[in-house]
Amino acid sequence: MSRHRPRVGPRSSGGEQSPHLDVDALLADPTTRIVVCCGSGGVGKTTTSAALALRAAEQGRKVVVLTIDPARRLAQSMGIEELDNTPRPVVGIDAAAGGTLDAMMLDMKRTFDEVVESQASPDKAAQILANPFYVALSSSFAGTQEYMAMEKLGQVHRDAEADGTYDLVVVDTPPSRSALDFLDAPERLSSFLDGRFIRLLLAPARGPARFMTAGLGLVTGAVTKLIGAQVLRDMQTFVAAFDTLFGGFRARAERTFALLQADGTAFLVVASPEPDALREAAYFTERLADDAMPLAGLVVNRCSARPGGGAAVLSADEAVAAATRVGKRDPRSVTTGLLRLHADRARAVEREERLVERFGAAHPDVPVVAVAALAGDVHDLDGLRAVGRLLAGG
Amino acid sequence: MSDWPDVRLHVVTGKGGTGKSTVAAALALALAHGGRDVLLCEVEGRQGIARMFDVEPLPYEERRLATGLPGRRGRAGTVHALHVDPESALLEYLALYYHLGRAGRLLDRFGVVDFATTLAPGVRDVLLTGKVFEAAKPGGRRGGGRAYDAVVLDAPPTGRIVQFLGVSSELAGLAKVGPVKHQSDLMMGLFRSEATAVHLTTVLEEMPVQETADGITELRAAGLPVGGVVVDMVRPRDLDDEHLAAAGAGALDPGGVEHDLRAAGLDDEVADGLVDVLLADGRDHAVRRRLEDAQRERLATLGRPTYELPRLAGGVDLGALYELAGLLREQGMS
Repeated sequence: MSRHRPRVGPRSSGGEQSPHLDVDALLADPTTRIVVCCGSGGVGKTTTSAALALRAAEQGRKVVVLTIDPARRLAQSMGIEELDNTPRPVVGIDAAAGGTLDAMMLDMKRTFDEVVESQASPDKAAQILANPFYVALSSSFAGTQEYMAMEKLGQVHRDAEADGTYDLVVVDTPPSRSALDFLDAPERLSSFLDGRFIRLLLAPARGPARFMTAGLGLVTGAVTKLIGAQVLRDMQTFVAAFDTLFGGFRARAERTFALLQADGTAFLVVASPEPDALREAAYFTERLADDAMPLAGLVVNRCSARPGGGAAVLSADEAVAAATRVGKRDPRSVTTGLLRLHADRARAVEREERLVERFGAAHPDVPVVAVAALAGDVHDLDGLRAVGRLLAGG
Repeated sequence: MSDWPDVRLHVVTGKGGTGKSTVAAALALALAHGGRDVLLCEVEGRQGIARMFDVEPLPYEERRLATGLPGRRGRAGTVHALHVDPESALLEYLALYYHLGRAGRLLDRFGVVDFATTLAPGVRDVLLTGKVFEAAKPGGRRGGGRAYDAVVLDAPPTGRIVQFLGVSSELAGLAKVGPVKHQSDLMMGLFRSEATAVHLTTVLEEMPVQETADGITELRAAGLPVGGVVVDMVRPRDLDDEHLAAAGAGALDPGGVEHDLRAAGLDDEVADGLVDVLLADGRDHAVRRRLEDAQRERLATLGRPTYELPRLAGGVDLGALYELAGLLREQGMS
């Protein structure tokens, strides 16, 4: 049980530590205009976004945070339990540094409706909004939420740049199966709305598509069999009404995509210290690089705190051995239990550190910050401040 | 004795990050006893089963995965796995019912497959649940496929489960006719019957427990049978109640701890401050245990059978899955 043994042979772990993610520097940088928090479901994205937004505001930035699905009590404490798609001021922040904080919960359907209303004449808009196919598309289709989160980000950012209401937009992303959905779904949706299938439904015998009409009969026949003629008719009506908007949708999606690639945007990938979440984070990191999207770093939430909050005095194995020895002398001693707890915690810390190190080995340039798990849930501004301090490494 | 003797289809849902897939896998192992054969299905395209069981990524067909957890009675059963992806399910469905070999490919070229499987309302879910239904439906299977005694579905998270299983109501507004509608009605018959149980996984934290309560309410409102609640990642209980209370109140005796540590030969570590570290650990543990207890009481008011699984500090590997399976069986879930 010597604690000062020399290290022999190659290091078994990843070696170099990842650079540290300096959250305060990121938030303080006036060129940072958009922070996007992404990651797989259940890793604390919403809390992280809210905590970052609050911290930036209390350091003097004029911030708006767009959240997707906050826990009820957190939403209440931020004054956003109403789904009205408009940013509302958050009451109770420390405005001494001259900052402000507004918050908004995304209403997916309403955002979609607003886009339609802004793009079409009132008559046509009303016709589209009443179409059953549109109703389903706008409220429940996979991908719509991602598309609308981006759309709303684009809107808020444009307004903010125009009138100077905000100088920082923090965005939470939808709880997708995969973090990649956030980048892929808008493209899927807009390519569907713009796509060949829709064109064919709309104008089967027009122009160069004509030679394909033999296939088309089969296609519409199959679709009719599958989902029924009524749905197909609804779709055709919808497409006819929507026709002039398609180009607009594609152009908007492309504009937002370009915004995400801009210098003022910073992506924060959020994960928990679990293999699945870190694997998602790795995919996402690589994908951001492929799409030339600016990655600020990785936030690993919910890490087990180091035993006693400080340096490891005993490793997991050493603590187990010590517990056995103490237990032999006095099985009822509280010290045995404490040593076992210590071992358990040390083991979790060792495992998590190894996982994060492996991420670092594969992505050595990505700055990382590990955030210790809080004992309780976060549902007020004080809780968010505590998370903010942890994010900033304090 | 199992709490769910009549259930053939075990649907496992839960908030993201609560160990839903782990619980589904452990339940499948636990159910595969006494020669019973179990099918474990995943529908979210993550290949989580392959990773947990350390096998090659699963294709769109049933594969033998593992031998079940041995029991006292009879031989262990087998666990097969099925990875359902909507594109394959759609093409199979079209080929089977409409002999649409050529059109199937055409559909793909025209972007219809993509449309149907990612954008069309409910179609994706019908296709995914449809494949699971095929395996779980009473009265054997078309085409002489292997018959299973139980099917475990690693389902979408709680927030989407009612929509996922309640495909017929989702479609009702749109497809009033057509085979998709017909099949979704058939499936609802099974999903709403006593042969199905929707289990919810949670951890003892406020948000997941709240989501569990909300999920149960929604499932009931949709007429879907609520199963048990699996509480995952429960903290170790290395301190008894008396010690726990003392640790929480900061009333543990540092002198006694120091004495024990020195007696075990840990003088160097005591000099490094181990006593304070251990007391701080104890205090922190007590705080978290108290929070857990409050959530456990909350769960008890939901009136569902609950099963607890420990947090495994070393992570979940194949051996750990069998360990968890054993715990589920001991508690009567299988």
